[in-house]
Amino acid sequence: MTAAGNPAVATSAGRPLAGGRRLSLDWLGAVPFLAYVGLFLLLPSAIVGFGAFFNADSTFTLENFGHLSRSYVVRATIDTTVISAVTALAGAALGALLAYAIVTGSPNGLLRRLVVSASGVLAQFGGVTLAFAFIASIGPAGFVYLFAQAHGLDYYAHGIWLFERSGLGLVYLYFQIPLMVLVFLPALDGIKPQWREATESLGGNTWHYWRHIAGPILFPSFLGAALLLFANAFSAYATAQALINQGQPMLSQQIAGALSSEVGAVEPGFAKAIAIEMIVIVTLVTVLYSLLQRRTSRWL
Amino acid sequence: MAVAARSTQRTRWIRLQVFRYVTFAAAAVFFLVPIGAMVEFSTRANNGSRTLEYWRSIFDYPEMIAAIVASLQLAAITSVVMLVLLVPTMVWVRLKLPGLSRIVEFICLLPLTIPAIVLVVGLFPVYIWMGSNFSDSILTLSLAYVVLVLPYCYRALDAGLGAIDVKTLSEAARSLGASWFAVMWRIIVPNISNAILNATLLSVALVLGEFTIANNLLYANLQVELVHLGRANAGVSIAVAVASLLFAFVLLVILAFIGNRPRRVRPELATALAGPLAASQT
Repeated sequence: MTAAGNPAVATSAGRPLAGGRRLSLDWLGAVPFLAYVGLFLLLPSAIVGFGAFFNADSTFTLENFGHLSRSYVVRATIDTTVISAVTALAGAALGALLAYAIVTGSPNGLLRRLVVSASGVLAQFGGVTLAFAFIASIGPAGFVYLFAQAHGLDYYAHGIWLFERSGLGLVYLYFQIPLMVLVFLPALDGIKPQWREATESLGGNTWHYWRHIAGPILFPSFLGAALLLFANAFSAYATAQALINQGQPMLSQQIAGALSSEVGAVEPGFAKAIAIEMIVIVTLVTVLYSLLQRRTSRWL
Repeated sequence: MAVAARSTQRTRWIRLQVFRYVTFAAAAVFFLVPIGAMVEFSTRANNGSRTLEYWRSIFDYPEMIAAIVASLQLAAITSVVMLVLLVPTMVWVRLKLPGLSRIVEFICLLPLTIPAIVLVVGLFPVYIWMGSNFSDSILTLSLAYVVLVLPYCYRALDAGLGAIDVKTLSEAARSLGASWFAVMWRIIVPNISNAILNATLLSVALVLGEFTIANNLLYANLQVELVHLGRANAGVSIAVAVASLLFAFVLLVILAFIGNRPRRVRPELATALAGPLAASQT
């Protein structure tokens, strides 16, 4: 008892000495963490944020942003936006169908648990391995293609589109659909069967139910989820880089190109300007997403 | 009348079941064929039979072996640094600096909103400076990876700490004479061991799949080397990819078994899940 008591006495005796400075000493506990994130998170963010406004001689300039009007950056912005929008809408639509198929089954069934955990894994599945998986299946040497070709269906007759934008879009669906399932499932779970029964007892049919009840309630949630999918595709890099090595159609690839540049001069300021363009777009989309989520929570 | 209603119900039910199973079947084909194809591709022999030649010749590529070793080391270092940095800080903030908790949460979740490729742009000068002043070893990548795994590990550890009464436990231990180190090591850590394992597995999986940062800081980790080798020998490269996928899958299965408590799927989860894609994988 005394042995255990001694240190406690010592500490409580030490405390009054620290007195008014106790608060400032407590702060020391957070210093290692703050120093670390300061160096490896906040400093890099600041380098991007401020660095975009300076040229190589450290003088203030807006010319980095002026370079954003270069034709290949404009092209990449449009391409990235189109691919992200198409995969977001297609992923949202297909994901919503899959989520509806889950929700109409047993809530604690094996099938539901299986699909939900598989979605959790597949939504995280991306990058190099994902590109390889598609090359190995529907690529020019993949068994799906060889099988289709042997049966008279040569889907690469007009060029190998897998290594172009349309192929990239298809590959993106592989993680967009599971992500949609995860995001949209809670909204579908919030739909009450009583609403359907009420519609029917008032003489409404299936079309009325979807058009006037379930549709309007689910729409903000659907749109919000699609925005999340858009941001997800917009900032992706590894999958595009692993799949497409000729030309750099995605904005993220343009950032990498300006940074290390295998084709021209290294332009760190320019890389930062494109990075800010990307951040601005992704942030806008994310803000819209959270606004829609707030609207959704009124009903679900 | 009643019979008619029942038969409408019956048709609707059949239609629904047909829709469900067609959807599930289509999803199964879309999601399983590419993974199966990788296994098929990596065991393909020239004459159409099966062989493990590609798998065996993984060891003939010293760069690949070096990259695998480097990625495993990175995963280990990242997990340790993350835990040493995050666990004491989160406990300390809960006990002594509750005013700081919002700021710590904000900082920890910040990497979710910054695409990895953007982070690379800011890290580039930092790594150039570190390379000329300290070390340009590939293992320095783990310093950046800690930031990358921060949001996921924060959530995992926060859930663990939220489930126990940190304040009462540590006050009890302190009043019985335990040092702060003993509180941390013998009281907090055993109580949140599940959360710690959870956070560790997540960071291992993320680090093994990381491509964006390593590729642009010009370090050859596993994923970067996969792309390199894929251009020379696709079969071997895909064999390694399958192996790493299996490894990650095992980790995630363990994770699923640990998380046996029912989880709420809420919109916040969406951001958590969107993160790995934006942050590292895609």
